[in-house]
Amino acid sequence: MDYMTLIQLLDSTVRLATPLLLACLAGLFSERAGIFDIGLEGKMLAAAFFSAAVASLSGSVWIGLAAGIGASMALSIVHGVASITFRGNQLISGVAINFLAAGITVLIAQSWFRQGGRTPSLMGGGRFEAITLPGAEAIADVPIIGPLYSELISGHSILVYMAFAAVPLTWWLLYRTRFGLRLRAVGENPAAVDTAGVSVVGLRYAAVAICGVLCGIAGAYLSTALQAGFVKDMSAGRGFIALAALIFAKWRPWYALYSTLLFGLFGALETRPDVIESLIGIKMQGQLLGALPYIMTVIILAGFGGKAIPPRAGGEPYVKER
Amino acid sequence: MSADKILGQPEAAVPFAEPAIELKGISKAFGPVQANKDISIRVMPGTIHGIIGENGAGKSTLMSILYGFYKADKGEIFISGKKTDIPDSQAAIAAGIGMVFQHFKLVENFTVLENIILGAEDGWKLKPSLAKARRSLVELAEDYGLNVDPDALIQDIGVGMQQRVEILKALYRQADILILDEPTGVLTPAEADQLFLILGRLRSEGKTIILITHKLREIMETTDTVSVMRRGEMTATVKTSETSPAELAELMVGRKVLLRVDKEPSAPGDVILDVKGLRVIDDKGVERLRGIDLQVRAGEILGIAGVAGNGQSELLEVLGGYEDGTGEVTVNGQNLDLTGKYSDGKSRRARGIAHVPEDRQREGLIMDFHAWENTAFGYHDDPGYRSGVLMNNNAIREDTTEKMARFDVRPPDPKLEAKNFSGGNQQKIVLAREIERNPDLLLIGQPTRGVDIGAIEFIHQQIVALRDQGKAILLVSVELEEILALSDRIAVMFDGRVMGERTPADTNEKELGLLMAGITDTDVPHSVAEIEANLAHVTGDASKEV
Repeated sequence: MDYMTLIQLLDSTVRLATPLLLACLAGLFSERAGIFDIGLEGKMLAAAFFSAAVASLSGSVWIGLAAGIGASMALSIVHGVASITFRGNQLISGVAINFLAAGITVLIAQSWFRQGGRTPSLMGGGRFEAITLPGAEAIADVPIIGPLYSELISGHSILVYMAFAAVPLTWWLLYRTRFGLRLRAVGENPAAVDTAGVSVVGLRYAAVAICGVLCGIAGAYLSTALQAGFVKDMSAGRGFIALAALIFAKWRPWYALYSTLLFGLFGALETRPDVIESLIGIKMQGQLLGALPYIMTVIILAGFGGKAIPPRAGGEPYVKER
Repeated sequence: MSADKILGQPEAAVPFAEPAIELKGISKAFGPVQANKDISIRVMPGTIHGIIGENGAGKSTLMSILYGFYKADKGEIFISGKKTDIPDSQAAIAAGIGMVFQHFKLVENFTVLENIILGAEDGWKLKPSLAKARRSLVELAEDYGLNVDPDALIQDIGVGMQQRVEILKALYRQADILILDEPTGVLTPAEADQLFLILGRLRSEGKTIILITHKLREIMETTDTVSVMRRGEMTATVKTSETSPAELAELMVGRKVLLRVDKEPSAPGDVILDVKGLRVIDDKGVERLRGIDLQVRAGEILGIAGVAGNGQSELLEVLGGYEDGTGEVTVNGQNLDLTGKYSDGKSRRARGIAHVPEDRQREGLIMDFHAWENTAFGYHDDPGYRSGVLMNNNAIREDTTEKMARFDVRPPDPKLEAKNFSGGNQQKIVLAREIERNPDLLLIGQPTRGVDIGAIEFIHQQIVALRDQGKAILLVSVELEEILALSDRIAVMFDGRVMGERTPADTNEKELGLLMAGITDTDVPHSVAEIEANLAHVTGDASKEV
């Protein structure tokens, strides 16, 4: 495997890790506040559709992004009302959101565009274009550093940079601000937050809203940056993989980056069976490679990723005790 | 320095002061249940005011109203003479009220400092808040003797320390009025003494303290005035110096109560239970019992004292047949299986062992099942309960009705679900089921936890009566008073071992308290710090079990 192949592999790792990372951070906010969210998948899917559809109709990807975030937020609020206000079962609410999104996206797509549940292919301003960072072309021919900068670091869409910037931002928010302290506390012991005179409900809604925004960006990335348009079920289980990555990451922002990059790498390997063959000398079936992230998910969820302690109050509606 | 900081007689020192708290005609109903009925109370600043009453008397409801958890249906609250509305906890904090709950409201994986600033931060950035709290913690430690390590995680410190953090939380929020709900429930005698020293110091600094408890002794030793609550009403408010435990008990229950257990000296017979080298390793691989040796004879009560989480629960569980152990245990001279097929509740019952488990709501009863169903559990194979392959529900119900009458269970309705009985009556149902089977050995854990004073008297009488019939009884309780009152012999457990055996006649709470902290040289003086250090490493995770 030569250097350029490695750079290409890592480049595609970054592209594939981006939606996972955004969804993983979305789940992190929600679960750190004590609201389990298995509806990440559905929210991404809804956002993917609405951003592609609106971008296609308006011709502006930014309006599309806003629509995607809006759709994801709407589902987040449904989840919030069900699980925070009405203290319903968070898993059931999440499952409902996944089903709702899977059905309604195709239904509306067919009704609006009549293309078999797809949106038209996005062109021009309807897509997020790759950004060439300053100086990328100038140093492209410098050995080692040149390709690293111009191929791997430069040349992604703005959403990729946003996703990676969200990691230190999340860390800072969680561990260096009042909001973060309270958010972490409400997921561990909401009674402590309540008796300290802070609103448990308010904090949890805030967390769920942030989750909605991040899922919205993740979904928009799928249909307007990674690909050019929406297709049925295009989130393809990424929301669930993000949940596995979140557990693997022990609900911490930096670990979330590493674990989603790992999953991204598996995704990238799927497209490059030749790399595997040159590394281990065996030709592996493409399907088997494609199954790797999912197999990895099962292994992690089975507890092989080390002991992960979830937020103590996770999944439990808060009822004020007498 | 305000006038009420003068030590000694606080009321005399500030004769015309406004009460720190005055409640006027507070009423609160939950549906048809009147939890608080027209309650009025005045607490003077710089005093310790006790509120005593049975479970369900309405103490907690009243304090929840004061802390903004509930809104009173009627009535007014005055803080330092000013009428104050308290719609939520935020308002209570702003009015200078701090509350130390029975179950601490701390975030386990946060540091002490983080817990203290939670909700009382100075701005959106944490760093300045943490620095300020660190400084003020040093001052508070100096002023009140409340020393804690600000950077320790809550999960790593003992319950005594955790309680201190709760008090510090209130003081950091400038609380002038401190409410403590059953503060000594989880403390050893030495830790409790330390707490009362701190409370005394807070009082002398002008703080007002409301102490909610069901322990008459604490009221007598620490409070200036005391209010008694019964069935939602305030039955009396008296000066502590002018009352007696017997009078308070009568006011609480509404009739005369025997505070002492009346019993003859025991006449021990043959060894019924013989335990040698009993060990238990829990599923985390921690050794919870590290070689227990003890004997219980017929016609004798062996009391096991200890701070919760030192292996008493495991001892009951392994003897009761739902935890595996190693070692040698005989009952009536015959070996008892500690693992495998014949180490279960059914085999234990067949051997004449009855078990009243520590947590009656989880292990003793199924809360959603009727009383009669609960009475049959474990004994459902009884031929008298069956007709052919089916259960004879009528027979069980009749039997339950009779048992309920004999054990004075109220209301005596076998079709009522277990959760609808009070704690004391739930316990009587479990006791009736186990005792009436005429066991040779009774294992009984925390027999009166969460039980009213009136029912405590009855339960204690039943245990002593069983002993007088020549049965062997192994009693586990975290209440030292109960251990001292009932036991013929006392074994003290610490960290999975028996630290020593005593008889009630030749020991006292102080000595037992030291043994409970793992200190065996009880005749030399020991500092509280030493006791706490000893306890911290075992009680770190024990607090969660309580």
